[in-house]
Amino acid sequence: MSLLFLSSGLFLGWSLGANDAANVFGTAVGSRMLKFSTAALVCSIFVTLGAVLSGSGASHTLGKLGAVDAIAGAFMVAFSAGFTVFWMSRLKLPVSTSQAIVGAIIGWNYYAGALTDYNALTKIVSTWVLCPVLAAIFSIFFFTLFRVSIRRTRIHMLKLDKIMRMSLLLAGAFGAYNLGANNIANVMGVFVPVAPFQDFVFFDGMVFTGTQQLFLIGGLAISVGVYTYSRKVMETVGNSLFRLSPEAAFVVVLANAFVLFVFSSVWLQQAITSVGLPAIPLVPVSSTQAVVGAVLGIGLLKRAHGVNFSILGQIASGWVTTPIISCLITFVALFFLQNVFNQEVHRERRFKVARSVVQHLHLQGFRDTAWNSIGDVMFHSEMSLDMALAETCSLTARERKSLIQASEMVEIFVDPKIVAKMDRVSLTDNEWRMLKKISGKRFDYTWQFQQALAPWTELDPGENKARQQAKLDRLIETFQK
Amino acid sequence: MEFLFRRTKVLEGQIDDFLDAVSQGALLFKHTIKNYLNQEDEAFNRNIATIRKLEKEADQLRRSVENYLYTHSLIPEHRGDVLGLLENMDNVIDTAKSSLNCFSIETPDIKPQLVNDFLSLADKAALAAEAVVMASRDFFRDANAVKDHLHKVYFYEKEADKIADSLRRRIFRLEIDLSHKIHLGAFVKHVDLLADRAEEVADRLSIYTIKRSA
Repeated sequence: MSLLFLSSGLFLGWSLGANDAANVFGTAVGSRMLKFSTAALVCSIFVTLGAVLSGSGASHTLGKLGAVDAIAGAFMVAFSAGFTVFWMSRLKLPVSTSQAIVGAIIGWNYYAGALTDYNALTKIVSTWVLCPVLAAIFSIFFFTLFRVSIRRTRIHMLKLDKIMRMSLLLAGAFGAYNLGANNIANVMGVFVPVAPFQDFVFFDGMVFTGTQQLFLIGGLAISVGVYTYSRKVMETVGNSLFRLSPEAAFVVVLANAFVLFVFSSVWLQQAITSVGLPAIPLVPVSSTQAVVGAVLGIGLLKRAHGVNFSILGQIASGWVTTPIISCLITFVALFFLQNVFNQEVHRERRFKVARSVVQHLHLQGFRDTAWNSIGDVMFHSEMSLDMALAETCSLTARERKSLIQASEMVEIFVDPKIVAKMDRVSLTDNEWRMLKKISGKRFDYTWQFQQALAPWTELDPGENKARQQAKLDRLIETFQK
Repeated sequence: MEFLFRRTKVLEGQIDDFLDAVSQGALLFKHTIKNYLNQEDEAFNRNIATIRKLEKEADQLRRSVENYLYTHSLIPEHRGDVLGLLENMDNVIDTAKSSLNCFSIETPDIKPQLVNDFLSLADKAALAAEAVVMASRDFFRDANAVKDHLHKVYFYEKEADKIADSLRRRIFRLEIDLSHKIHLGAFVKHVDLLADRAEEVADRLSIYTIKRSA
């Protein structure tokens, strides 16, 4: 059944492979600088590698926007996004999978009563605007650099042709890797919290996580799309839309690859923040819009009169219309799936601002005590609690969010039977001792469980903090009822 | 890295050899006419044989380059232009060979007072052909430098035209038979034709260069 629900994600993957692969290799294949068979093989391998090895960054940001917590809901979110893309493409309206999936997640948030993280949404929307602008800047930079170096080195036309072919292949491979890393979030991102796959350890402690397995399947779906349908699209991109010289084609491929890299590389984000610069949000962006931006950049550089600026207006209108349409379709579709087909599209959630939560928040530095008045009320969605808080307290949106997170009731029972059967390979001796100490205890809130285990972060100071947090999250998942 | 460019190097070499052949043909053209005018028969016949050989080699090189470019789909954007350029450059050496052939077959009787003008005409035509070879070499390596040579081609072609015009006027003022005048006039055209062919290549090159630098 789970695999059936994944089908909408696989369809999105197929459509990504059929359409967006053309953004990476279209100009190269269309200008006959590369054979389709070579392009398809390189694209499939590197898209899959990018998805599996570096796909977590962008999907993490998408997860912040809204964590779809039931597989039927994730199915409908991906399906609605796919349907929006299909329908808008049929109507010849500008559309992007990235924008459709964001709208679909917001649609799910409204339906499930979950709060939309407007900070994450603002970040995502700003990257949509930034994406074509950055692509244009990159293409202007690369094109100028390329021209100057060609002029200086006086390379023979035939040698340049050979270099161009190899560069197109390398830039295309880099672009495909980043396409996989960036856009796998669109394809499989919504399934991450509900994926039915278990982590497995191979060789010496190497873990192939459930998310990576999910992304591998998504990558394979993209590859199928590349092989079955992208040839025609590549030839159209290469010949009809923009007639580019091989040099310009290379610059477009490179600029597109770099834009996708900027918005998907965890490594780059860490490098930028380590020197004190603001972090670049890792967000799935539209490679089509990146390509259009890159081509416009070259057009501006050449002062071409034929540059069609109305295309920018069309893109900008897509930023608004696509998410709204996708959001509405998702909302209606979730209603049908839940009420007509009787499927659980979101988990039941409960929130209660109990005395222990108040004490916990006081320790966190919260001063407003007005929430005491809603202490005995059980809320069944983030939205209803948020509205109650907004009416009674003078908390900021961020504080309300922290309070809501802390007051979500979960049933965590550290079942001694499960502890006895647990595979302790990933736990250190100290962590394992600590876990056995709380065996048999029950917790109402996640933070209580974390507090009970908190000292373990001090037990092994050498351990990676992110790794320890990941282990904690896995334990919560294991013991949560 | 070298192994990656092995075949490209061979092809580059073939194009260079082809252009060398055209350039040598232009130089030989000038020398062979000088040999003819100075009645150095042995050198004349030897140079005629050499230019025939050069023309044959140029043909073979051109065909080989064209075949390779087509079969391996190289330089898709500029393939048509390169093939056009090679064929037109081939016309330059063909023209040099057939002009000299005419000298060899028809043995025109050139009066001593016309010798200097014929030499000067042959010199300007050869210079135009050499300049277009230089422009073609730059077309493959640095399109922006092509125009530095093209203006020379146009200059030498104009100079050749001026000399040819005045030479024909002088021929038709001579006290010789009309048939002789017409015969000599035809040879002026033969020699001048080399400069015209060079100009035709230059015209094409200037368009190809605009396309390449666009």
